[in-house]
Amino acid sequence: MKAFLILEDGTVFTGKSIGSTKEIISEIVFNTSMTGYLEVLTDPSYAGQAVCMTYPLIGNYGICYEDMEAERPWQSGFIVREIAKLPSNFRCEATLEQFLIRHDITGIEGIDTRALTKILREKGTMNGMITTNEQFALDEVLPRIRAFRIGHVVAEVTCKEKRVYPPEGSLTYKVAMIDLGVKKNIIRSLQKRGCEVILYPAETPAEEILKEEPDGIMLTNGPGDPKSCTKTIEEIKKLFATNVPIFAICLGHQLLALANGGDTEKMKYGHRGANHPVRNLKNGKVYISTQNHGYMVKESSLDREIAEVSYVNVNDGTVEGVHYLGKNVQTVQFHPEACAGPLDTDFLFDEFMNMMEVSK
Amino acid sequence: MPKIASIKKVVVIGSGPIVIGQAAEFDYAGTQACRSLREEGICVVLINSNPATIMTDKDIADKVYIEPLTPEVVKKVILKEKPDSVLPTLGGQAALNIAMELEESGFLREHNVRLIGTSAKTIKKAEDRDEFKKTMEKIHEPCAPSQVVTTVKDGLEFVKNIGYPAVLRPAYTLGGSGGGIAQNEEEFIDILENGLRLSRVGQVLVERCIAGWKEIEYEVMRDANGTCITICNMENLDPVGVHTGDSIVVAPSQTLADKEHQMLRSAALNIISELDIRGGCNVQFALNPESFEYCVIEVNPRVSRSSALASKATGYPIAKVAAKIALGYHLDEIKNAVTGKTYASFEPALDYVVVKIPRLPFDKFIQAKRTLTTQMKATGEVMSICTNFEGALMKALRSLEQHVDSLIYLDYHERPLEEIHERLYNVDDRRIFVIAEAIRRGISLGEIHAITKVDIWFLDKIANIVQMERQLSEADELTKELMLEAKRMEFPDKVIGQLVGKTEKEIKELRYAMGIHAAYKIVDTCAAEFEATTPYYYSCYDGVNEVEEDHSKKKIMVLGSGPIRIGQGIEFDFCSVHSTWALKAQGYETIIVNNNPETVSTDFDIADKLYFEPLTPEDVESIVNLEKPDGAVVQFGGQTAIKLTDALLKMGVNILGTSAENVDAAEDRELFDEILEKCCIPRPAGHTVFTCEEALNAAHELGYPVLVRPSYVLGGAGMQIAISDKDIVEFMEVINRNVQEHPILVDKYLMGKEVEVDAVCDGEEIVIPGIMEHVERAGIHSGDSISVYPAGLQDKIKRVIVDYTRKLANSLHVIGLINIQFIVYQDEVYVIEVNPRSSRTVPYISKVTGIPIVDLASKVITGVKLRDLGYTPGLQPESEYYAIKMPVFSFEKLRGAEISLGPEMKSTGECLGISKNFNEALYKAFLGAGVQLPKHKKMILTVKDADKLDAIDIGRRFAALGYEIHSTKSTARVLNENGVPAQVINKVEEPSPNLLDLILSHEIDLIIDTPSQGVERSKDGFIIRRHAIETGVYCLTSLDTADALLTSLEADNNDLTVIDIGDIKSVEEQ
Repeated sequence: MKAFLILEDGTVFTGKSIGSTKEIISEIVFNTSMTGYLEVLTDPSYAGQAVCMTYPLIGNYGICYEDMEAERPWQSGFIVREIAKLPSNFRCEATLEQFLIRHDITGIEGIDTRALTKILREKGTMNGMITTNEQFALDEVLPRIRAFRIGHVVAEVTCKEKRVYPPEGSLTYKVAMIDLGVKKNIIRSLQKRGCEVILYPAETPAEEILKEEPDGIMLTNGPGDPKSCTKTIEEIKKLFATNVPIFAICLGHQLLALANGGDTEKMKYGHRGANHPVRNLKNGKVYISTQNHGYMVKESSLDREIAEVSYVNVNDGTVEGVHYLGKNVQTVQFHPEACAGPLDTDFLFDEFMNMMEVSK
Repeated sequence: MPKIASIKKVVVIGSGPIVIGQAAEFDYAGTQACRSLREEGICVVLINSNPATIMTDKDIADKVYIEPLTPEVVKKVILKEKPDSVLPTLGGQAALNIAMELEESGFLREHNVRLIGTSAKTIKKAEDRDEFKKTMEKIHEPCAPSQVVTTVKDGLEFVKNIGYPAVLRPAYTLGGSGGGIAQNEEEFIDILENGLRLSRVGQVLVERCIAGWKEIEYEVMRDANGTCITICNMENLDPVGVHTGDSIVVAPSQTLADKEHQMLRSAALNIISELDIRGGCNVQFALNPESFEYCVIEVNPRVSRSSALASKATGYPIAKVAAKIALGYHLDEIKNAVTGKTYASFEPALDYVVVKIPRLPFDKFIQAKRTLTTQMKATGEVMSICTNFEGALMKALRSLEQHVDSLIYLDYHERPLEEIHERLYNVDDRRIFVIAEAIRRGISLGEIHAITKVDIWFLDKIANIVQMERQLSEADELTKELMLEAKRMEFPDKVIGQLVGKTEKEIKELRYAMGIHAAYKIVDTCAAEFEATTPYYYSCYDGVNEVEEDHSKKKIMVLGSGPIRIGQGIEFDFCSVHSTWALKAQGYETIIVNNNPETVSTDFDIADKLYFEPLTPEDVESIVNLEKPDGAVVQFGGQTAIKLTDALLKMGVNILGTSAENVDAAEDRELFDEILEKCCIPRPAGHTVFTCEEALNAAHELGYPVLVRPSYVLGGAGMQIAISDKDIVEFMEVINRNVQEHPILVDKYLMGKEVEVDAVCDGEEIVIPGIMEHVERAGIHSGDSISVYPAGLQDKIKRVIVDYTRKLANSLHVIGLINIQFIVYQDEVYVIEVNPRSSRTVPYISKVTGIPIVDLASKVITGVKLRDLGYTPGLQPESEYYAIKMPVFSFEKLRGAEISLGPEMKSTGECLGISKNFNEALYKAFLGAGVQLPKHKKMILTVKDADKLDAIDIGRRFAALGYEIHSTKSTARVLNENGVPAQVINKVEEPSPNLLDLILSHEIDLIIDTPSQGVERSKDGFIIRRHAIETGVYCLTSLDTADALLTSLEADNNDLTVIDIGDIKSVEEQ
């Protein structure tokens, strides 16, 4: 069946429908990872977005359920050049197409994903629609597409109630984790280090969290505009005021900045992929990181008295990490939990363990 | 950290002659690195014995030594040049070994020279089998379990631990001879016994067999600050068991989930961190397809063939960055040349698929075993880029230029099913075609996978291609949709035509009418995430065109020479690159089309635009349609480019330089004879024939020996010397096995001196940089002959040669280069071959005379006159240096290949010996080719009857040098009768101890064995020569070569001089 991707600037790509045929409107972004499409599909940070994979052959190794980063995919749509009909891998349990159908995710294949990527790069992230309706009228759909806003999606992806994840092996620390749309591997990375992880809904009051006397607090990744998380930001202020060590990733990193008077802004087309170099400003070493963000912390907005930049992006110099002075608080924009992507910055979890050790 | 200030003068060691396993990729890496160093103001001293390379140009390095790559010679250069550093990681294994020897002997320390880039300690850790194993154990990176054994008993003991099948590799045998895979105890004992006997040190490595696992490679980089990145990973379509150089390789990996990819990526970074690599490194893994189990196969702490491939596949210039790292820069301080915005410390993201296919030499070595093993056999490779795997595979297949432009191969469709089934078990260069045929016949993918272990994902893609073949052949109508899908998979118009029953032209017209055209995409290292300005393109049919066609300058298209093969090597890349540079300097916009990932010409900053595409008429036409070049240059790209001439003319492209008709005239026997007659130039008498009877008549009239060959072939293919009717009958039968469109030539064979010239002609005047003379008499292919400049000819002969050259160039209206081969026989000069294009000797003669003839030719074809370029027409003054080009062979890599030299070319590369003293030049040439005598001063001399008299003098001279000579009965008798001491040794078929035992005693330095010509060739000789090669004994098959070797040995070679070719001044500079 034919499918169409209509961008808010009026560009129309014609391809083939894959997965669900349900019409969707969302933000359209691209991701340059060559592997890890399932991790991308199930990363809650993509809620409200349809992702275009720039690598042309997607689904080659099928679906290995254990690689899912959430219980279900959160993307609105999936855009590929060519979907594998016959995947091959010893762990493969289903095809990508079956997966999309099962989870009712609308997809399109057979379009020039490079041309789409160039449009997004040049004009910036924009909204779009994927539809199988051949009779669509641009006059009618474009206003609807343009009107779309992601909104406060954290509320959708966060857990509905507190959950406890037991440590692997003997208990080291108790970590309170604010679920802004957590990827499973963040939890696993702490469990592996013997942490008991207590996952809280995004807007859980600080008092409730502190009551459990956690050794450390973790703010996770998540979708959408950080400024829409007003309630959470207020709670974070309270958490920050304590001396409990905090480690934050991605959206969590942005929220901490906002909680400390910093500012965030939407990027032209964001960073999404598994090849982003970040420089540690302490030792000058560069690490390749997984990234997925459309907003960033404005460097000029950070109060030098409170915060110093710890990591920057080598490509565009944007803020990739912040260390809060005199505090046991470390935040990064990139994803040390990888999945998909390089495991180079996995050591940040060890640093978090040290932070908890020091303040014990 | 910025550049280390104390590095000012760096010695770069090249890789020497092209041999199988060490080819043009090092010229690419070396050239890029030298340019990268010079950008930083470093004085570069280059040492490489290979004159055909671009890196040995005096404009690439400050000082260029085309000298033998031995530790002694490198020491001499270091003493002379007094560098502060040596960069050893750019010249492959050869350079690495020399650097290690200089480091370990303390020479470098003594002279305050340091190794930059990766340290000696690191190299040792990676290269030494034991140290490597220990290092891997330390960091918990698994290797395949293995053990060195010296007895069968120990072997059996060890194999209990690892089980069957087990791999056996004898130590110090070349070409993997004596090794193998044992399936059971019986085979194990058999192979092990033989291997222990063949090994010079009596050692065999027994290893767990991981054949059938996935073979995955990572190209990684690391700087002194410890930042590590991976440039690219690659997956071999052929599972472990086939050398990666002989495998079909795909980038990036296709069947690895992110978990497996990250596991191996982390392992690769873990390894290079532990090894403390500073620069580029290649890590090869075997991955169990059924689990996360893996093992490290090999680590190469240097640039390699794979790094060249990874550079071309991603656009990331590995060698350039490695050179900067060696100077102390950190990755995040080096700009990404592709985007100009980002830095070298990122990992390229691909948004296309890359396929590499090796070019194997079995067309030249018909007797050689085609089986692919862990010993590399390919001479070159092609790469292709497309948005889908099927398309990339189809493009790569036709880039090979092996008369195959799809997966439909030869007569496979006529073979019985059982045979196809059986052939699936053969691991050879035709396997991909067999797989396709098996799918066509309905053998299930599961079964094919079970036999071949090729991943189902790849098999499915091959099945898609087969399915498209079927759809096309069964289609009632070639709809636009079907056409588009076939083109998306890169089916050429010709193949579509064959399948639907139309001509190529009809398909093309239909396609154009449908508005289906190739679009071009940019290779930008970042999957379009950043704006890139690299002019590096590939075609596809499922996307929009990104090339901005601009006509502000006149445009010239330079057609490259495709994969490196015997007969068409790196020298044509040298010509293409120089021509591009010359045209650029003239103010033209240059466009290169080529498909060889190993070469300098496919570096994206050589031409203004690079199209990485197959060199077929259709692929070129698509580019022409878009770019509308003002002209094309074909005379520098070897036969590959010449073959495109007609097609280019039909597209309306102006061919610059010598016209197509005149190129044809040189190849067409009758036209050519007319020209010779008109110019009063003699050639050996001859006739054109079709039948055997005509051939016999011709031979009788001319008198034996005669030369028999099909016309319109190159590299001497199919050429034979016949000495009897019996030979004629046999040769004619072989030639006529394939229907011949063109007549067969029977010429008188003149046993004279062969002489060769390359000249530039501007349509009126000619410039001949020099005359070269071949050491071996006519009958041995010029590419396999030792070539001496300047030729030792009388002045009057030289005048005749110059005169003939001028007449021929003028009669053929040559504009650009011309190569002519002459025979001087009894003071008469005969012409035997004329090629109005660049030749194999062009780089050599340019370098030794200092006259840049490609540059001149490129200017001449745009209308500049030689006189305006500052040259006095005619033969240029002779240099005061002798320069001797020595062919280099790769026989040890090709099991079963016949090594005796003849009219068909067999060498893979060449090296140079240069000196003011003839004998020293000759000695250096042999030394550069790896001939280091004497060791034991024992030799075998056995010659055919016709050579018996000549052998006496040869024997006497060797005896005078103290050699102990062993000969078979008849040769020994002749020698002894003439006072040359020779011991009789039994022939191979006679009882032990015989020749074979002598060879296997590992005490023989040299074997001279001249094979009888024609069909009388002895089996005995073949066996002797093969054993010689496989045990690493130097073997000669021509007494002329033996004479030259003696001359070199007789001289005093204790104190070699080393010469910077920059000191050889061209006329222009004088």
